[in-house]
Amino acid sequence: MGAAKALLHPAAKPAVFLLALLPLVWLVYAAFTNNLGANPAEHLIRSLGDWTLRFLCLTLAITPLRVVTKTPALARFRRMLGLFTYFYVVLHLLGYAWFDMGLDLADIAKDIAKRPFILVGFAGFVLLTPLAATSFNRAIKAMGARRWQLLHKLVYAVAGLGILHFFWMRAGKNNFAEVAVYAAILAVLLGWRVVQFARLRSAGAPRASGQPPSRVRG
Amino acid sequence: LAGAKSAVPGAVTMDKVTDYKDASSYNNFYEFGTDKADPAKNAHTLKTTPWVVEVDGLVKKPAKYQLEDLIKLSAQEERIYRLRCVEGWSMVIPWVGYSLSHLIQKVEPLGNAKYVEFISQADPKTMPFVGSRVLDWPYVEALRMDEAMNPLTLLTFGMYGEVLPNQNGAPVRLVVPWKYGFKSGKSLVRIRFTDREPKTAWNKAAANEYGFYSNVNPDVDHPRWSQATERRIGEDGLFAKKRKTLMFNGYEAQVGQLYAGMDLKKNF
Repeated sequence: MGAAKALLHPAAKPAVFLLALLPLVWLVYAAFTNNLGANPAEHLIRSLGDWTLRFLCLTLAITPLRVVTKTPALARFRRMLGLFTYFYVVLHLLGYAWFDMGLDLADIAKDIAKRPFILVGFAGFVLLTPLAATSFNRAIKAMGARRWQLLHKLVYAVAGLGILHFFWMRAGKNNFAEVAVYAAILAVLLGWRVVQFARLRSAGAPRASGQPPSRVRG
Repeated sequence: LAGAKSAVPGAVTMDKVTDYKDASSYNNFYEFGTDKADPAKNAHTLKTTPWVVEVDGLVKKPAKYQLEDLIKLSAQEERIYRLRCVEGWSMVIPWVGYSLSHLIQKVEPLGNAKYVEFISQADPKTMPFVGSRVLDWPYVEALRMDEAMNPLTLLTFGMYGEVLPNQNGAPVRLVVPWKYGFKSGKSLVRIRFTDREPKTAWNKAAANEYGFYSNVNPDVDHPRWSQATERRIGEDGLFAKKRKTLMFNGYEAQVGQLYAGMDLKKNF
């Protein structure tokens, strides 16, 4: 299959890496050329949030796509996309902390406590941090595959928090069209996993890790 | 549309005026969409001629004003006002118009008229988002009689020396500089005098978030964000700290006495 071959090409990973950087390159370019509209800070913060959500969807789409299209090569990109999700959420948070709050930590702490949608977004960032921190191979080995997988199930909670954060932010304007699109995508991606889990369970198949728990722990 | 420099105290701020481009491309006007870029994109469909403003309710002389007559009712003045949006951003805009009090005196309110209601155009054919469920249409705003009579309350026909662009509320709107921007209704078609506090658009949508008064007040936070600071559009750099929001948006000397003895935390 041509597509699978392309995915395995040595240049495929660097290409995806560069593509994933394009949103940031565009935003920085637009900031320097005064192309972010009347409120550049707001535009930057919101765009970085949008891209966080988009990369989260892409990351969560890898496994369903890999299984449904029988393209194992897709798995090569999951970690990179996951790390880009974290990259954009860090920039999103930094943009908020710097442009909106002037890096005043006391003000930021107060704001996080005051505004539920900020709290929810911040919680999503906090939960995503250990996932990014344990993304390298040695961490997987050190933790054991089972525990590592268990930890990385946190990404589902992050997805929930992310969409709630976006929903609440838009609630002020009762404007949920875009929120609904992301919610639908996430619902499909997470729903597929639920169905898959139920199917494997009823078929009596081994766990997704493919290994009996007793061996992994050792 | 030219206006003479206003002699009303507080009517000409020394703050740096916001670029026309920003003032005419970044604002809220939900009849044309909820994004702040939407009004500039979509408001070209608004038809501002002919335009009639009906003034009625508890007045001795109700009238239907053709726009041309309304413009000529009093001398046009230029007022350079700070504008503070409830969302936390601000601008400085040179408006052209005259004090609403001139019109009010003309129609002679009855003794029991306590409030003035401002009703905006709601034409789904020319305003694509009228009918969306965000707010009840038409957009309704209101002031207490003494607020409406304050000389700073401006019946506005232009900005930056020109006729109002559609997206900024053409052909006639209100500007109440000491209140959050949404209190200033756009594209007005009716001004009604009443004895009861009118139900206003945002108050109906979320009473716990948008009070009837909605005076700019750094000490009373929106339930979902702080109102202590604001970002001045086009002026403060990306890394500059936001500026402190002023009580009554800096018009305390002119309007503070209207609220003497009132609990502004309760009457937000």
